[in-house]
Amino acid sequence: MCAYFWGASAPLARWSMHELAVTQRVLEIALEHACRAGARRIGAIHLTVGDLSSIVDDSVQFYFDYLSPGTLAEGARLAFTRLAARCCCRVCGQEFSPASGLAWQCPACGEVGGEVLQGREFFVESIEIE
Amino acid sequence: MRTVPVVQNILSANDEMARENRERLDQAGVVAINLMSSPGAGKTSLILRTAEVLRGELRLGVVEGDVASRVDAERVAEAGSPVVQINTGGGCHLDASMLRAALKELPLEELDLLIVENVGNLICPAAFRLGEHLQVVIASLPEGHDKPLKYPDLFIQADAIAVNKTDLAPYLDFDREGFRRVVLGLNPDVALFELSCRTGDGFVAWATWLRERWQEIRGSRRLGARSGELG
Repeated sequence: MCAYFWGASAPLARWSMHELAVTQRVLEIALEHACRAGARRIGAIHLTVGDLSSIVDDSVQFYFDYLSPGTLAEGARLAFTRLAARCCCRVCGQEFSPASGLAWQCPACGEVGGEVLQGREFFVESIEIE
Repeated sequence: MRTVPVVQNILSANDEMARENRERLDQAGVVAINLMSSPGAGKTSLILRTAEVLRGELRLGVVEGDVASRVDAERVAEAGSPVVQINTGGGCHLDASMLRAALKELPLEELDLLIVENVGNLICPAAFRLGEHLQVVIASLPEGHDKPLKYPDLFIQADAIAVNKTDLAPYLDFDREGFRRVVLGLNPDVALFELSCRTGDGFVAWATWLRERWQEIRGSRRLGARSGELG
């Protein structure tokens, strides 16, 4: 049985910043899997973040540095793999990545919009433990 | 060091709780709407006008979400609907755990329709399901017609988009055709409404859509759920 604790020294409003809540969740998931695998410490956490997920990497790192001390994840490296937004034009079938500024305009036929194929992902992909 | 595969969706805990909320709502026979917009676009006004229009037909309950204050909940309570106010204390969106707590405070078995007014925000609420049946986004004329291009995700996910404050059209350069074209390109199946919460214009179409969706959703649930029988 392995116990883990939050950095609860300074009370922070549970939902004060968007990435605080999600970073808590990242930490929970990583610790759960580390405990199950009998780890002594977590060396790295690999995250996959889609460009449409409205997650800012630096903010996650910031809150992770605040929350992880005292846990198996203290000092762990956060590695972010970003997935570009990809859409499929509903009119001509062209797959494209919406470029910022041009928003969701198909580069082949100019139609606005498309089915989202990729970009909403937000996963803990894997952890490195010892 | 060895690598342990995890492949776990970080928002899965929220999605799981949203599913539970949905079950609770279905069990009580309540259709829930997640109402989203930027601050001041007219969420509370839409709720108040909708309550008037549906009075005597569908019993409405409301959950109000704000960073702080009970201003909105007080207005809704005064208008006669059961209401719970959630204060996030800084949080930029409602999530399923907050709605779960609010549902416990409402007489769900005595309601038909629940409107959850999310925190004013065009970005974050898009990523957090609450357990709602329908997502409705309000855009308003003073905000300009380019908001769907700038905040596509919320507009793409919407079941309905209500363009509010049409009474201000003579004073603004809002390109209604352009807005329509962009929105239908992003979301071809969306129901689009133009209305004024202040004057009541456009509310016939909006109320009709609500009634039809309500019938459709209630009709698709198992019979007898209300009386506690499992069908």
